[in-house]
Amino acid sequence: MVKVVLSSGSVGQSLAGGQTEFEVEATTFRRLVLELERRFPGLGRQVEESMAVAIDGEIFQDAYAAELRPDSEVVLIPKIGGG
Amino acid sequence: MNYIDTSLKVVGTRPIRPDGVDKVTGRAVFAADTRAAGMLWGKVLRSPHAHARIVSIDTSKAEALAGVHAVVTAADFPEIVSEEAFVGEGPMNFRDLSMNCMARGKALYEGHALAAVAATTQEIADRALALIDVQYDVLPHVIDVEAAMADDAPVLHDDLFTAGVDPAPTKPSNVAKVVTFRKGDAEAGFAEADVIVEGRYTTQPVHQAYIEPHACMATYAPDGQVSIHSSSQGHFMVRAYTAKLLGLNLSNIRVNPAEIGGGFGGKTLVYLEPVAVALSRKCGRTVKMQMTREEVFRASGPTSGAAMEIKIGAKKDGTIVAAKQILKYQAGAFPGSPIGPGCMCGFAMYDLPNVDVVGYDVVSNRPKVAAYRAPGAPITSFAVECALDDLALKLDLDPLTLREKNAAKNGTKTHYGPTHHNIGFTAVLDAVKAHPHWKSPVKEGQGRGLACGFWFNIGGESSAQVHVNEDGTVTAATGSPDIGGSRASIGMMVAEVLGVPPTTVRTIVADTASIGFTFLTGGSRVTFATGMAATQAAEKVVEDLKRRAAQTWEIPVEAVEWKDGKAYPAGSNAGAFEPLDLATLALKSPRTGGPIIAEVSVNAQGAGPGFGAHICDVSVDRETGQVTIERYTAVQDVGKAIHPSYVEGQIQGGAAQGIGWALNEEYIYNDKGQMENPGFLDYRVPVASDVPMIEAVLVEVPNPRHPFGARGVGEVPIIPPMAAIGNAIRRAAGVRMHDLPMSPPKLRAALDAASG
Amino acid sequence: MAKNYVTTTINGEQTEFLCETQQTLLDVLRDVIGLTGSKEGCASGDCGACSVIMNGRLVCSCLVLGVEAEGATITTIEGIAQGDKLHPVQQKFLEHAALQCGFCTPGLIVASKALLDENPNPTETEARYWLAGNLCRCTGYDKIIRAVMDAAAELRGESVG
Repeated sequence: MVKVVLSSGSVGQSLAGGQTEFEVEATTFRRLVLELERRFPGLGRQVEESMAVAIDGEIFQDAYAAELRPDSEVVLIPKIGGG
Repeated sequence: MNYIDTSLKVVGTRPIRPDGVDKVTGRAVFAADTRAAGMLWGKVLRSPHAHARIVSIDTSKAEALAGVHAVVTAADFPEIVSEEAFVGEGPMNFRDLSMNCMARGKALYEGHALAAVAATTQEIADRALALIDVQYDVLPHVIDVEAAMADDAPVLHDDLFTAGVDPAPTKPSNVAKVVTFRKGDAEAGFAEADVIVEGRYTTQPVHQAYIEPHACMATYAPDGQVSIHSSSQGHFMVRAYTAKLLGLNLSNIRVNPAEIGGGFGGKTLVYLEPVAVALSRKCGRTVKMQMTREEVFRASGPTSGAAMEIKIGAKKDGTIVAAKQILKYQAGAFPGSPIGPGCMCGFAMYDLPNVDVVGYDVVSNRPKVAAYRAPGAPITSFAVECALDDLALKLDLDPLTLREKNAAKNGTKTHYGPTHHNIGFTAVLDAVKAHPHWKSPVKEGQGRGLACGFWFNIGGESSAQVHVNEDGTVTAATGSPDIGGSRASIGMMVAEVLGVPPTTVRTIVADTASIGFTFLTGGSRVTFATGMAATQAAEKVVEDLKRRAAQTWEIPVEAVEWKDGKAYPAGSNAGAFEPLDLATLALKSPRTGGPIIAEVSVNAQGAGPGFGAHICDVSVDRETGQVTIERYTAVQDVGKAIHPSYVEGQIQGGAAQGIGWALNEEYIYNDKGQMENPGFLDYRVPVASDVPMIEAVLVEVPNPRHPFGARGVGEVPIIPPMAAIGNAIRRAAGVRMHDLPMSPPKLRAALDAASG
Repeated sequence: MAKNYVTTTINGEQTEFLCETQQTLLDVLRDVIGLTGSKEGCASGDCGACSVIMNGRLVCSCLVLGVEAEGATITTIEGIAQGDKLHPVQQKFLEHAALQCGFCTPGLIVASKALLDENPNPTETEARYWLAGNLCRCTGYDKIIRAVMDAAAELRGESVG
């Protein structure tokens, strides 16, 4: 199980029923998204469309294959753009 | 392969950029420089009202004017359902993007496009616009971000309900979203604090003010094939958004990237292209459009203005125990300010136990904001870095010492969750401490300010091709528009891998039909991500060249090594062969398998975050309130400077933009919600005589996730200047300026108030 | 409306063109003659991207009417290099990386040449004030000023390190 932290109290959090931390069985970002969608309908889609995932401090955007280890620090944050 | 600790021959040098001669002789072709046979001129009719219901648009008189070939309104665009996409700086809704290109139902800001015409001359097009009869029902408007949040404010969108609050609101408002980030317990932290500083800060929206106005030329052929020539920060973006807004197929649109005359984030979305295609579709002729400077100001960009509250608590020794911030960012007419990064960046540089940040994304009757360098970060950092300076003053601590004491290091957990790894903030602060500017005494009558900045940097999708031509010269093609010298840096990385001089590598920007998808030029990602793709493509070419040499020598490929542009037998056991250079292998390429080419597409991850610190000395004319920047030094961790001159240039340019943001730039609105300074005379960007030399100090803490250790560079330098200057003014003149711009009238008023 | 017939000298070549009375010299250069090196950044004389030298004076071609070119001698960015030999200002802009997007560059090069024609030995402050009518949003002007000062030294025959 990997612990996932939803860092921003925004749309994501209301979809997760106010929860900010949950344990998810996932070894990749893709599995994580699917698992979130299954548990909190709408959250997986929200993560996929407008959020990024920081895995052990490194920000991943749109990378299904990014690997998760059981002790990975996984934080869902708003997606980052730039000028 | 990773080249970080290898000796490099090309990377780190300063060759002349491949597109340089075209740009110093006037040959470079920018978007407005092309013409086509039978071309028409397209022009846009814009709303004079800040907020109005569109009762009717009658275009019949314009259509009847001789020389007019097409008129379009929102009725000529498909109605798009709400669908979120990710534009330069954050989520953007395609429905909003469509309505921003052509108003539907309501005009939401002065300058909002209502209709467009295509005519044989610009003059006829102008006359046609004047013949379009629009009936408006003028509505009350709201410009200011906090006024837009008030309960009785005019509401822009009846279907906008604040997201991120519980319970969900039942009444629409101008607050699109509330975001919160919490770490620890801020209130408990403040209870432990020995000193607390508080402040309320405001920043003004500022325009990216690229010197090239938006322009494009488009043709819709009878078979549905569309060609677009335009300047943007991403021709694949232009293709995608134009297709979406007009309901076209991607394969039917080919976008040719013109040279781009500056963007800074402001050209990460479309304004004209879908309109030009719609006009061309209607009349079957090529349509060229270009904005006037006035249109650029009234209808494109800028970045958000904001109102902010900040509170920081610390122990007597300077250890920060709690920090709190409320950020209200103005998004313009549609939701989507950079509030997310705004909430994350301000405190990202510091190791703080207790943090509470709340952000609001607020619409008002102004042009929809677009990305602008490190979107959201300069705004929040103005408040944070000024408050830290107040804290240093209150504690009688050196401002650098205060930052060193609280600086984020590897292993620091940020308030938004992730833990920092491989960051160079400490190295940046060390470089400040060691710099002659910081060590020199402050001159009589001047003040010295220090401020820091953080940006995540991004990677993303990039494609690159490396072709070895028949004579052994090299062409490198990418899908990234070159906005500030990336052809040079890409070509240098390719030359380094191939072991050839950079002058033999020609880097080009390929159109949407000639190379794989490539995300925008923005977020400081090109040298990082496109550089990664180009490096990998060059490595594939080297592997292929080794295979060809092995075939020529009839030895195993493992027995061939590639060095300085030549294949060598790996050792005496491999055999005694004369080295084969690129030209020879290229000449013989038909015999060894045909053309030598490799293409690599990546979705690059691992963009290393960037940190910077700026030192600024100012003098203040107490009579006029005029601030003079006497000396300016910008220190930044760049990972590895591929072409140091262009890295310095990014830093110097970003700092100068920040100086404009700090001292001069603002939108002035009249009581009708119309902008009164839509030109460079009254919207004053820094000119050569406003700024001193800006010393860029390159700190190189390699990013292990890039083959050469590069980090994005372009975003960070615009973050610290506003606070660096505000802090310098505070120390030179004794007044804390809370509101941007710190222009002469405001500073005079503050000085008068202080002297009572 | 009848067009005006204008005879002028552009980059050393006698040139004839027809233009509307209200057309600016910039529009004529770009749209009638096809010299698109001069850029339109504002059309109000504030950005300097359209700078040309007319009868020895630096002007914004967006503030000059096409008909005013009658009998004039005009140098545009296309006429700064001699054949394939770049002018020292152009060469120094390249060496100092004094351009990023390159849009303001033609105007800055024309303005810098006009400066050095008039004042071969400007101080940094003089160069900054002379070029204050040419906006650059990319570079912060640092490398531009260095390039101009270096070109001035070279034109004076001084070698600088």
